Amino acid sequence: MRVMVVWCPDWSVVAALDEAERSPRSPAAVLAANVVEVCNGPARSEGVRRGQRRRDAQARCPELVLLPANPDRDARAFDPVLAIVEDLRPGVAALRPGLLAVRAPGSWYGTETEAAATACQALVDGGVWDVRVGIADDLFTAEQAARTADVQSWVVVPAGGSASFLRGLPVQVLQDDGPRGRELVSLLQRLGLRTLGDLADLPGEAVEHRLGTYGAAVRRRTRGEDRALFAARTPPPELDAEVAFEPPLDSVEAITFSVRTTAERFVSRLAHHQLVATAVRVEAESDGVVCSSRAWLHPRHFGARDLVDRVHWQLQSAGSTSGVGGSLRARKQSGSVRAPIDRIRFVPETVEPAAAHGEALWGAASDDLVERGVARVQGMVGFDAVRRPVLQGGRSPSARQALVPWGERAVDLRPADRPWPGSVPGPAPVRVFASPPAAEVVDDAGREVRVTDRGVVSGEPRRFRVTGEIAGRVGGAADGPGLPWQPVTAWAGPWPTDEGWWSGGAGPTARFQVVGADGRAWLLVRAPEGWSLEAGYD
Amino acid sequence: MSSSRSVAALHPGRSVVEQLRERMAAMEHRPAGQPVPTLSGMADLVPLRAGATYAVDSASLALALAAGASRAGEWVGFAGCADFGVEAAAELGIELSRTVLVPDPGEHWLEVTAALVDVLRVVVLRAPASVDERTAGILDSRLRTRSSVLVVHGPWPRVDARVSVEESAWSGLTSGTGQLRERRARVVVHRGARPPQRADLTWPGVHLVEPPVDRPVREIRRASG
Repeated sequence: MRVMVVWCPDWSVVAALDEAERSPRSPAAVLAANVVEVCNGPARSEGVRRGQRRRDAQARCPELVLLPANPDRDARAFDPVLAIVEDLRPGVAALRPGLLAVRAPGSWYGTETEAAATACQALVDGGVWDVRVGIADDLFTAEQAARTADVQSWVVVPAGGSASFLRGLPVQVLQDDGPRGRELVSLLQRLGLRTLGDLADLPGEAVEHRLGTYGAAVRRRTRGEDRALFAARTPPPELDAEVAFEPPLDSVEAITFSVRTTAERFVSRLAHHQLVATAVRVEAESDGVVCSSRAWLHPRHFGARDLVDRVHWQLQSAGSTSGVGGSLRARKQSGSVRAPIDRIRFVPETVEPAAAHGEALWGAASDDLVERGVARVQGMVGFDAVRRPVLQGGRSPSARQALVPWGERAVDLRPADRPWPGSVPGPAPVRVFASPPAAEVVDDAGREVRVTDRGVVSGEPRRFRVTGEIAGRVGGAADGPGLPWQPVTAWAGPWPTDEGWWSGGAGPTARFQVVGADGRAWLLVRAPEGWSLEAGYD
Repeated sequence: MSSSRSVAALHPGRSVVEQLRERMAAMEHRPAGQPVPTLSGMADLVPLRAGATYAVDSASLALALAAGASRAGEWVGFAGCADFGVEAAAELGIELSRTVLVPDPGEHWLEVTAALVDVLRVVVLRAPASVDERTAGILDSRLRTRSSVLVVHGPWPRVDARVSVEESAWSGLTSGTGQLRERRARVVVHRGARPPQRADLTWPGVHLVEPPVDRPVREIRRASG
């Protein structure tokens, strides 16, 4: 078996510069613990070396770009390179970021030289400039061959020629093997061994005694006796699903009908890998350009029917100008999309193992029924008109709750298990007004009750009325939109808060529990702008 | 049939087979008339029956009627309640993960309610406009074929029972000190031509207060009616 190794030198620097959006030609070094770990060619030509301290490196090269070490970033950036080589020959093994091995393509590309040239060409086309390829009988020799190659070039060691190729190499090549290798190089130099050939000529038993198992392994490799293999990775499965329309469709209904089988295929392909999608991006293409793209979250996981609904909602809201809250007629007119759609694509954003989402033995069917019924309601009034209530932390009653659109996951909730000082004690109010109506509270003399910045009430509340419109009002509206004047029979407070004062919040507010003459209790809040009715205990 | 028999959740103390058999028997019959789980404090006063409509005049009564079914593992929904107090609902035992809210159904409130009635066990509706007999009849006929309960917050032409608060008193706070602690309300239930039934309920938690003097009066009424 012949092995091809692709080496991208100083990969950490390449990846970090790419992430920092700096030019790959600028001198740069990746530092770990204030010591240069990797530097690139321009930095080396200025005298920067591995192992230098940060200030020494900066003294040699003042314009040096200093980058933090991040192995995850290096591995992530190397993934596209793996994919490019995988296109040429499956069975790629990533040895470490910047170095990959693959079984050398046989006669498919003609000779091995042509195969190496093809790989170089593909990688350079993919945006990797500094790439070197080595082909040999075993992994170690192929790696050394790649390291001796020039930029965008290759070295092919003929079959059986490993030992003679390695003989001439200086022992310094082992320095790239990490601290173990550097230690061995230092020792070999002190022993007067200059090339790998010198090491290979020593008797094996003596090497093992003096240099340990690592030294013995190196000697075996330099003699071409080590046939180390590598574990090729399995390419990740392609989970996207798309459907093309020919001719393009311009009606939401027709598109929704046509994506059904694709949605089913998408879900069943995930199920084949024992996966479910909890977040999916739906992309609609018009004339080859993505015209609508949105990520959808699901509280559990997506089924085919859910996906079809999401496509429907997305295209409907993209096509309507009046928004979801518009009248039925506006929605009917919005049944056609702005531009004909020729492609719909489902991209899984988050997949999780299906075992984590197994359904309970009892009662799952009835939940399905509810999901379907709610989806029908969403079809009538728009997907965000149906809500799921959730609790969160906060001081005012309206801040302590959130209404999440049905079928979406709640994000950015404040933690409810914190103390939230300043919140009103006692039973929670049954009615919480989303937009609190304005109110008036006066004392004995008919003056408006005020609260000072230190929380002192200017007078005892005697009467109150609500002047604004109370949302969701029930019954006859004979007595106006709000509540008429009524005496206060009991009150408690104030509970002062000053939320977000550091970023221009609402200003100092104080909350009062007030019981009216009819025995109903209300939560009134005094803000700098005036009084308002925040909640009702009804 | 006792109203404590829940339709969805299995009672841990009894044999599973027996309960499933009961459930199957219930499924074979017409759904209307089945008992729907009700909070223990409300169960004697207003035992809910599937297919029936109830009217209330207070948001806390509406929550209390829905809470029993939700505690028993059923789905409940609220349509038109833009001022839904989530924390109060959770305190009463309503399971929020099995609660559907349509805060503002707008002009489609009738269609939305009909769709919710199809799949949920208790639907609380606050109708935005005055409702005529014919509209109520549409929902009524839908309800009869389903096993759900409609609780209307506000006026409604034809109901099985109308529950309203006559008096309400809060304790725990005086002029400037204390905090709201307990609410005691005199609740009156009107059922068609029958004489109204009164009881005292306390919040939080909805508990029935049995007034000792009221009992003989009620029994006389029951004997005479």
